[in-house]
Amino acid sequence: MRKRSCLQRLGLMASLHLVVVACFAQPTFPENGVADNRLQCFAFTNATIVKDGQTTLNNATLVIRKGKIVAVGNNVTIPKDAVTVDCSGKYIYPSFIDIYADYGTSLPVTTTGPGGFGGGGFNPGQQPQLASGTKGAYGWNQAIKTDADAFKVFAVDDAKAKPLRDAGFGTVLSHIRDGIARGTGAVVTLANEKENLVILKEKASAHFSFNKGTSRQSYPSSMMGSIALLRQSFLDAQWYKTKPSGEGLNLTLQYWNDQLGLPQIFEANDKWNDLRADRIGDEFGVQYIIKAGQNEYQRIKEIKATGATYILPLNYPQAQDVEDPNDARFVSLNDMKHWELAPTNAGAFEKAGIPFCLTTADLRTVNQFWTNLRKAMDYGLTETRAMDALTKTPATILGIYNQVGSLDVGKWANFLITSGSPFNDKTSIFQNWVQGMKFVVKDEAANIAGTYNLNIHSPTGTETYTLDIKGNNQLTMFGKDTLNSRFTFDGKTVRLNYAPMVRRQRPQGAPDPQQRPGFGRGVSGEAPLPPSAYRLSGISNGTEWNGTGVDSMGTSFTWTATFVKAADPKADSARKKEIPVIGKVVYPFEPFGWEEGQQPKQETILIRNATVWTNEAEGVMQNSDVLIKNGKIAAVGKNLSDAGARVIDGTGKHVTPGIIDEHSHIAAASINEGGQSVTSEVRIADNVNPDDINIYRQLSGGVTTSHILHGSANVIGGQTQLLKLRWGGNDDDLKFKGADGFIKFALGENVKRSPFAVGNNSNNNRYPDTRMGVEQVLVDAFTRAKDYERSWKDYEANKSKKGVVAVAPRRDLELDALVEILNNKRFITCHSYVQSEINSAIEVANRMGYKVNTFTHILEGYKVADKMKEHGAHVSTFSDWWAYKMEVQDAIPYNAAIMKKVGLNVAINSDDPEMARRLNQEAAKIIKYGGVSEEDALKMVTLNPAKMLHVDSKVGSLKAGKDGDVVLWSDHPLSIYAKALYTIVDGTMYFDRMKDEELRKLVDTERNRLIRKMNGEKRSGASVIPAQPTYNVILSCTDHNHDHGLLSIDGDEISND
Amino acid sequence: MRKILLGLVSICLLVGVNGQETVYPAPKQTTSIVITGATVHVGNGQVIENASIVITDGKIAAVGKNVTVPAGASTVDAKGKHVYPGLILPSSNLGLVEVSSVRAMNDSREIGDMNPNVRSLIAYNTDSKIINTLRSNGILLANIVPEGGLLSGSSSVVQLDAWNWEDAAYKTDEGIHFNMPTMMPRPRFGGFGGGGGGGQQPQTDPIKEGLERVEMIKGFFNEAKAYAASPTHEETNLKLAAVKGLFDKKQKLYIHANTVRQMLVALDFVKEFGFDVVIVGGSDSWQIADLLKQNNVSVILNQPHNLPTAEDDDVDQPYKTPAMLQKAGVLFSINDEDGSTRGRNLAFNAGTAAAYGLGKEEAIQAITLNAAKILGVSDRTGSIEVGKDANVIISEGDILDMKTSVVTDAFIQGRKVDLNDKQKQLNDRYNQKYKLKAF
Repeated sequence: MRKRSCLQRLGLMASLHLVVVACFAQPTFPENGVADNRLQCFAFTNATIVKDGQTTLNNATLVIRKGKIVAVGNNVTIPKDAVTVDCSGKYIYPSFIDIYADYGTSLPVTTTGPGGFGGGGFNPGQQPQLASGTKGAYGWNQAIKTDADAFKVFAVDDAKAKPLRDAGFGTVLSHIRDGIARGTGAVVTLANEKENLVILKEKASAHFSFNKGTSRQSYPSSMMGSIALLRQSFLDAQWYKTKPSGEGLNLTLQYWNDQLGLPQIFEANDKWNDLRADRIGDEFGVQYIIKAGQNEYQRIKEIKATGATYILPLNYPQAQDVEDPNDARFVSLNDMKHWELAPTNAGAFEKAGIPFCLTTADLRTVNQFWTNLRKAMDYGLTETRAMDALTKTPATILGIYNQVGSLDVGKWANFLITSGSPFNDKTSIFQNWVQGMKFVVKDEAANIAGTYNLNIHSPTGTETYTLDIKGNNQLTMFGKDTLNSRFTFDGKTVRLNYAPMVRRQRPQGAPDPQQRPGFGRGVSGEAPLPPSAYRLSGISNGTEWNGTGVDSMGTSFTWTATFVKAADPKADSARKKEIPVIGKVVYPFEPFGWEEGQQPKQETILIRNATVWTNEAEGVMQNSDVLIKNGKIAAVGKNLSDAGARVIDGTGKHVTPGIIDEHSHIAAASINEGGQSVTSEVRIADNVNPDDINIYRQLSGGVTTSHILHGSANVIGGQTQLLKLRWGGNDDDLKFKGADGFIKFALGENVKRSPFAVGNNSNNNRYPDTRMGVEQVLVDAFTRAKDYERSWKDYEANKSKKGVVAVAPRRDLELDALVEILNNKRFITCHSYVQSEINSAIEVANRMGYKVNTFTHILEGYKVADKMKEHGAHVSTFSDWWAYKMEVQDAIPYNAAIMKKVGLNVAINSDDPEMARRLNQEAAKIIKYGGVSEEDALKMVTLNPAKMLHVDSKVGSLKAGKDGDVVLWSDHPLSIYAKALYTIVDGTMYFDRMKDEELRKLVDTERNRLIRKMNGEKRSGASVIPAQPTYNVILSCTDHNHDHGLLSIDGDEISND
Repeated sequence: MRKILLGLVSICLLVGVNGQETVYPAPKQTTSIVITGATVHVGNGQVIENASIVITDGKIAAVGKNVTVPAGASTVDAKGKHVYPGLILPSSNLGLVEVSSVRAMNDSREIGDMNPNVRSLIAYNTDSKIINTLRSNGILLANIVPEGGLLSGSSSVVQLDAWNWEDAAYKTDEGIHFNMPTMMPRPRFGGFGGGGGGGQQPQTDPIKEGLERVEMIKGFFNEAKAYAASPTHEETNLKLAAVKGLFDKKQKLYIHANTVRQMLVALDFVKEFGFDVVIVGGSDSWQIADLLKQNNVSVILNQPHNLPTAEDDDVDQPYKTPAMLQKAGVLFSINDEDGSTRGRNLAFNAGTAAAYGLGKEEAIQAITLNAAKILGVSDRTGSIEVGKDANVIISEGDILDMKTSVVTDAFIQGRKVDLNDKQKQLNDRYNQKYKLKAF
């Protein structure tokens, strides 16, 4: 008897899975009819049993009863009441676990529109929803949904379960994928049973993300806002444990605390977001399990350093149709590189030794799972790790390894019967048993291949043919000759049509039927059959098939077919494929990024015989040298030397300190948190983005330091971040270490949302709507901050006193930042334009006892320069912007010169990624408009901004001991003809105009290679999607009309809701 | 002295209101003027050192080292200074849009896609506060361009010193503006922080859609051609009538386009209709410079001070595009349409082009004679040549370099233009406040 027959016979039961069978009687449920409690005992014998990633038993037996494994091993006594299933030649694997599913809990409506913020966030043109829309005793923010419990809404959905089971999964962790805090996930099996029975663990995990999902509440509307909300929620939940009387019942916080003991899973979906999530966890002692994206391979070292376990999706970008060069033009190198490298992601995790699980999440369809997993294996993922990632790792994380994840006694009978290792692309999964219920994935009839004898029993006698079956629809039929035939087999029903035997004799001149195309060639399936074909229909009863047929004359007959011998076994296709040729990861993952090992390093650099603009008492020194060593300026003078230095001839060239941009919005994932009028709790530092081509572009214009400001959507914006443009570094590397903290304030039209009125009718409902209200927002915020500070002082004073019950006030991150301002620990840069509001900002500051460190934009600063001077403020302005909105109607390009002459410290800033690379020219305009000296003009983009940012002890001038942030210019640095030849940060040459030429060629070469590869993909018949232009989001202050070209999107135009 | 006086006047008259009401358009030239000792940048690439220019009756009467000075001519000593033709801003919403964020101050976009009959000139506001700030930077002429839709209307060239638009008109309705459909898929949002999503396919084919719109425009031009061929019409059609000048080349067809695909489609209007086509925008024009040259298509490069189109592009691509067009022999001019500075940095956009491969005189030509040729006014302006209108500026130094570009004198049709503007008045006013030395 053939080995497969037992299973085949059992295949009869396959249809049963379509009917709900009460396999396990639930005592509380009344029975409608006659009780049918079965023993549910099966013994699977002679199988290769892969118990777990490490243990394989040959010729072993698995016994299950009532859904659980009762025995497994080589010497197992088969219970008498067991149904025995012979699994010779078969493999048994534990069913897989998908730790990131929304099976049975998916939202009835998909998340709204764009569903997130790709970078821009706050939509100034929309009326904000200021309060939560959730009814009940919940918290203030609609995106914190700790009340969402997957187990409460979970409903079995066999249509959704089937594709997962077919992919080999038996258990999933399901949660409601909506919101920033998403409540709890439940472990459920994919059995088609009552919910009561398939939920294995009702509260198995707590879930988080940065995406507010269906919440229409305005706050948060940015990445940094999401982070701040999480941070504040942690603090609030801790505080709530003290049962603060003023808060009443807050179920959101109560549940938050309840869920802290669960595994914490964070959907981050991107390499930098992974790090951001991990850092929030670090702040509050939580190690998140991180749901990754596809691009972690781009920063695998940083990813490893998180110490987190990851959940990896296996979706990859699709190849694009880039045959047309005019389409290819707008597809970026990054997108093409990522298309090529995304399948290496899982392998990169394995190679780096980072623990991970695999998930079907994010796939376009679950069917892609194996194709994509095998692709990951082609690119370096091993079978052992893939196996663990689908079984033991997720089970261990969820604390259910005692229930599922391996084939051990006592665990659920969740297992696969396969033809081999499922990780081999030739393998078929035949059955997936879940909680002892059998689900047929692929009928074993797939294995009917072999030779059969067919006997046609007609009244005239028996005719015998040979069937050589290669597959369900592939057969060659022989009589004396090869016959034309057509064959289908669906696992049970056999259908066979064939043309009767070709006559030996044919009339002279008659066409040779053998010559008819496709006829008589013996290849089944494709050739047309004559109308006279015999039609056979039957049923496979295992090794014997029985059926009836009709011949060309309409005469009926019966037939049988008998198995003779199996097809030759297929060659063992062990997966030992070469890793395909692929490009290298570059840092950052951008054009002009550096390959590993090619990054510029700190050098000793001696620039000789140049004109040196020191910004110090020495002024402009002719024919002088600058020596940079150990990242610092070692000396400025004449005839310097250093044995180990790289010597650069500066003859005819000019050296200046690196340019410092006081007002920039580059290199951040989000800029504006406009959801509220006061958002001092948000931090640009939380969402620095090193993958911004504008870092490189600004280096090409001599910029070495950029102050990344929050936007101007609200009165008190977020905390800023000072960066050094260390191209290739990670988000932490970019930060200017040891610099004072700043915060952005804004006044005027943007914060009262006037530019965004529709048809001149304001749709604003967010306070303030006038400059009067702006002042009150400031007064109110600092009044609250002072009360807050006092309440903490009182608490600190009283908490150790005996007999006094001191209750700690709620820690409020928004007010913390304002208290820092009051104590000169954080400094304001205030976006402002017209004299009335500047005056008011100073007056409020004086009244409340703080200082405005910097007025930025400040286009009417010239009108109140004396007042700003008296207040002790610095000023940072545009050279010549005006007339793009009402509050800049009195802007004049003489502003900077007047303010300087009045005695203010003046900087010229960009607020624009294009102008930032010409800040030297912008400074030169102040010579033209107002006649300042050349040295004073240069200081406006170097030393002066350094002073207002409190980093003038480190940067801004050329002086021994200061940072080696230096630019060598081809010409007078204030001339339009000057080009930055070298831009050096900390003694490292991050921009080198000669090297740039080489990088351009590399970009071209790599683009061409990838375009050819994508075209090859298309020509080989793979599906491609239309070319997708790579658009860049340009984040800004919400402030101006500078166009950045056809692939640029103004960040403010992207709605988050 | 005059400046101090003016400062005082402005203090008296302009308390808290917008300035410049005391800046008067200059009266017609009555006496000859001779500019002496100048370095003359003719505008056609030629430079004449230590030369004189004679201006009589609004025209350039003589240029050169040895000129005959008419009796009674007033002399402008330009020793050590540079003289250029008045700069031309080749495409601008000047005078139509005063403050872009205020709807009431926007007059550049009419409703609908097909507005060939609307005329920018009649909405051009000579009292715009922006105009004088352009003169201060040497810009004496501008092409005032309607925006929006497919056919936005006709543009007119104006000179920037006038009481009203009729006086300002320099060449009326000299071109029709067509905004080429983008023919590019729109960006998709919804990917959250990378990964996930997958993205939907666009529902429609933007290329096909764009081409359908182009066909619609061609249909319009075919009807306009037939309409123009007939001397009388049963029913007058203002839209068809408005583009008549295209067929006898009295008007240019300005096609606003940036991508290669857009510009290749634009060539249809040369081949099928024989129009004089000017590309406005042209950020990717460097890729097909030879084809543009072959088809006599000229280019107004909108904004060299811009980011590269694609992140893979050379970091200085927009800066060197002018040099690439020059090398291919394409007739091009440089524009400054920066909405935050309102056009005043025209010369510096050209200066950057000069830093990246364009010759300095070629850069000057790109904002003078080339612009005049493209706008069809080179018979009257764009270079300092005898017989042309005396549209001339004098700068203390290199006009292309902000460090040295200080315009001291300007003449439009021989009229000595007042170079004061609202911003200078406010400067004076606050120099007064702080008792800073006037400069």
